[in-house]
Amino acid sequence: MAAVKYIPREKLPEWLKALAAQSRVLVPVEEGGSVVFRQYDPARAPVFGSDATAPPKGAVFPASQELFSYAYGKEGEDHAPTLKLDPKTEAQPTVVFGSKPCGARGFLIFDRVYMGKKFPDPYYIAAREATVFVTMACATVENTCFCHWVGSGPADAAGSDVLLTPVEGGYTVEAVSEKGAKFLDNPALADGAAKAAEAEAVKKASRDALGEAPDIASSPAALLALFDDMEFWRDQSDKCVSCGACTYLCPTCYCFSITDEGTGTAGRRMRSWDACMHFQFTLEASGHNPRPTKAHRLKNRVGHKFSYYPTLHDGLIACCGCGRCVKSCPVSVDIREIVQNAVAKAKG
Amino acid sequence: MTDPFNPYLPEVATILETVQETHNIMTFRVRFDDEAKMKAFTFEPGQVGQLSAPGIGESTFVINSPPTRMDYLQFSVMRAGEVTAKLHTLTAGDKIGVRAPLGNSFPVADMKGKDIVFVGGGIGMAPLRTLFLYMLDNRADFGKIRLLYGARSPLDMAFSAELPEWTGRSDIETTLTIDREAEGWQHKVGLIPNVLLEMAPAADNCVAITCGPPIMIKFTLEALKKLGFADEQIVTTLEKRMKCGIGICGRCNIGTSYVCVDGPVYTYAQLKQLPNEL
Repeated sequence: MAAVKYIPREKLPEWLKALAAQSRVLVPVEEGGSVVFRQYDPARAPVFGSDATAPPKGAVFPASQELFSYAYGKEGEDHAPTLKLDPKTEAQPTVVFGSKPCGARGFLIFDRVYMGKKFPDPYYIAAREATVFVTMACATVENTCFCHWVGSGPADAAGSDVLLTPVEGGYTVEAVSEKGAKFLDNPALADGAAKAAEAEAVKKASRDALGEAPDIASSPAALLALFDDMEFWRDQSDKCVSCGACTYLCPTCYCFSITDEGTGTAGRRMRSWDACMHFQFTLEASGHNPRPTKAHRLKNRVGHKFSYYPTLHDGLIACCGCGRCVKSCPVSVDIREIVQNAVAKAKG
Repeated sequence: MTDPFNPYLPEVATILETVQETHNIMTFRVRFDDEAKMKAFTFEPGQVGQLSAPGIGESTFVINSPPTRMDYLQFSVMRAGEVTAKLHTLTAGDKIGVRAPLGNSFPVADMKGKDIVFVGGGIGMAPLRTLFLYMLDNRADFGKIRLLYGARSPLDMAFSAELPEWTGRSDIETTLTIDREAEGWQHKVGLIPNVLLEMAPAADNCVAITCGPPIMIKFTLEALKKLGFADEQIVTTLEKRMKCGIGICGRCNIGTSYVCVDGPVYTYAQLKQLPNEL
């Protein structure tokens, strides 16, 4: 990383205002008992302490997005049918300010899929390149956090452009990417060398607070070995109610559906988040469903994150260990437990 | 200046012709409106495309014309839901979207020099047709070619306009069968797997390609095994709900394999390697 900079807490609004003058700036704010990312408003103080209820996934991968508009028409003397399709791939310059490392790390998982060689996604790429992630290292951790299980940590900079670390009176500021380096060219930022040691101590303290990670290196093989063990999956999914909260709040879940909206002659094709935990997700027109029960669906979800994705992508686990799925689950299904149970069962 | 490739954006195409194959199967012959793109378009036998009826949606179908005949792209659609019902209302001159080619293709290189047995049931003849016609157009590259095509009744037989040509060729052996006797029927009567056992094609240096309803596939595989075909010598295609067609949306994956990208063409040996989720 480049030289560390520093910004006093009282100068943060000044920096945010300057950013908001040229980009959409999303910050975590309290809203109805939750913390969500919203457009920066000077009258509404951001909440930087705890993790946001929902990750900033929507900044780059909107919950619903227009892929193209369509219009049917007629032309010429013979009224020949016409069809016009107009794609919309442009993206708005955006700064996501104040995400925790886990929220930004999700894009590491997205990048490999949406920026792949065979089918690069122009919508995702435009938005990803137009977005700067100013991420805040964690000064505190929660008992639902398990980022250290998946190769991450409270100060993980992967997926981010700038890393802030809270220290006394303000934050140290480190550029992580080229985009981030340009970002630090701002008079509000002072030299941070004097604060660097304190920042490192904060990072270390957070990591130490998480404790030791269990060894789940065998989870890819274990989950594949349990593919046909439906008794295991019925046990793990028994209390699941298939609400989809785990998938919608997950920073790494990238599944979607495609639907058409409009009148008979004009409208748009939308891509929207979807949830593999829903019964309808794999339901076929014939009525057949290859994942008919919640046991099958949970198997696919856990298998994807800890087995299928790592197998296809150099061992990278498709999970940030943010703990949102654990925290938000109305019946306390805990993916950590499931993975550990799978590893233990495959072993014994 | 060419547009950057957008995997979600269909190519606008015009329906040149429709053929009502059976009461619920309609064939569409389409051509891209952009003539340069039509000329540049290439695909391999077995690859699929998404037919798009903007306003309703899109669905996956095999391109069942061969890459050796590019006057149009041909798709055959069995009515089964919203998108297919809409497609069935369309006629010559109407516009649709085509997102293609997608998926893998038949391993043609491995089939060269070998004898070939095609076993098709009902709509399952569509994915076979592209490879079958490709082989007829490259006849010298392949050994003996046999086609066994069956349906419940003569009215359920797609591509009926082409059957006289297929049965009339002296360089291939075509057997047509229906499940039960029907008035005027002059070909075989019997279930496909049983007729296959009667035909008893030699497994040596031979590849069997089979597509059709799941129950037919099950018994056809059993018949082929009895005839001595090894798993690697049997090729089929999977049907699974494909939404995006590009390996992302997570519906068609079976473990690490995405049917829309890694398939839909699989050998039986490859199928047996997949986890059980079909």
